[in-house]
Amino acid sequence: MSNVKEILFGPLFSNNPIGLQILGICSALAVTTKMSVAIVMCIALTVVTAFSNLFISMIRNRIPSSIRIIVQMTIIASLVIVVDQVLGAVAYDISKQLSVFVGLIITNCIVMGRAEAFAMQNPPGLSFLDGIGNGLGYSVVLMSVAAIRELFGSGSMFGIEILPLVSQGGWYTPMGMMLLPPSAFFIIGLLIWALRVWRKEQVEAAEFKIGPHTAMSHS
Amino acid sequence: MEYYLSLFVRAIFIENIALVFFLGMCTFIAISKKIETSLGLGIAVVVVQTITVPVNNLIYQFLLADGALAWAGFPEVDLSFLGLLSYIGVIAAMVQILEMFLDKYVPALYNSLGVFLPLITVNCAILGGSLFMVNRSYNFSESIVYGLGSGVGWAIAIVVLAGIREKMKYSDVPEGLRGLGITFITVGLMSLGFMSFGGISL
Repeated sequence: MSNVKEILFGPLFSNNPIGLQILGICSALAVTTKMSVAIVMCIALTVVTAFSNLFISMIRNRIPSSIRIIVQMTIIASLVIVVDQVLGAVAYDISKQLSVFVGLIITNCIVMGRAEAFAMQNPPGLSFLDGIGNGLGYSVVLMSVAAIRELFGSGSMFGIEILPLVSQGGWYTPMGMMLLPPSAFFIIGLLIWALRVWRKEQVEAAEFKIGPHTAMSHS
Repeated sequence: MEYYLSLFVRAIFIENIALVFFLGMCTFIAISKKIETSLGLGIAVVVVQTITVPVNNLIYQFLLADGALAWAGFPEVDLSFLGLLSYIGVIAAMVQILEMFLDKYVPALYNSLGVFLPLITVNCAILGGSLFMVNRSYNFSESIVYGLGSGVGWAIAIVVLAGIREKMKYSDVPEGLRGLGITFITVGLMSLGFMSFGGISL
């Protein structure tokens, strides 16, 4: 049973797809100006990852290895089309704001990476959980970035006003920079720093060491 | 002519596909440790992008768009929901064909590109380019210019980042920020730099 727990919750912090595996960064940056948009993206990605893992794992013994990439791509692309159509029908405004990024779930490396690395070797049930776990790990990062950007950029969370803006008679001057692309990079960089201060084992080895500061021959 | 030039410049600088739209980030971060390899990857992206965006444009115009099948006698058919599946198919096929072609006729380039060609299939800058082309309803000649421009923009960005990272490995970065973290901060600063192109009106 501990195995199931490890698969489901491991990707949250100790093996986070964005923080450690460098997977699926593109959309993490682009859709995080508003929390309501980000959470739709998280749900969409979690659903696609979970089901693509499930289906690929079900037919894993029948896929010839030489054409496995194209088979995986077809399954993933079909799932994304389903998600895209459902979003267009249910949440039209948000699907417009996400624009091309729903389609880009196809090439999101988390989906492909988990299909290749986990679903091809493991039974369907576990693969499904692995998909959900990695989707959640992605969501944790995405939602924290979106929370920071929306709170400081427009003074609200999920569109509900938290910090009253100066333009509406409040006291908070919004940081316009938070809504611009570069801030997403800074926030993810700092989040990774925070994560690695907490989990020391994720720190990367240095390529070069700076020699000790030696005061020689001056005195 | 001037219109195409401004589209080209806009695709490279103002709407840089890596630094403003965050596409192709995974490879962008993972394969930017050396200038040489990132240059190879950059050239491969330019080539593939310039081919796939116009090809997808033709497929969209003549097969998938609403009423596009009128020439075959099906004016009421709308296949645009199959878009994603066919674009990714075209991209995978193009990369494969390009790989075989280069292997046979330009082995020197083939060897220097090596593993990067197959990697390009899952580079979201390529799929993103095609999706933006459909989104902004470019015509055929615009899509050629846009494909080339966005590819060049991505290549410039990755080569510049590789240049910075080559120097940066000698610097004393705080422990937890080493590697991935500081790379993100660097890309953020580059992106901030590219924002300044936004003021140019073309």
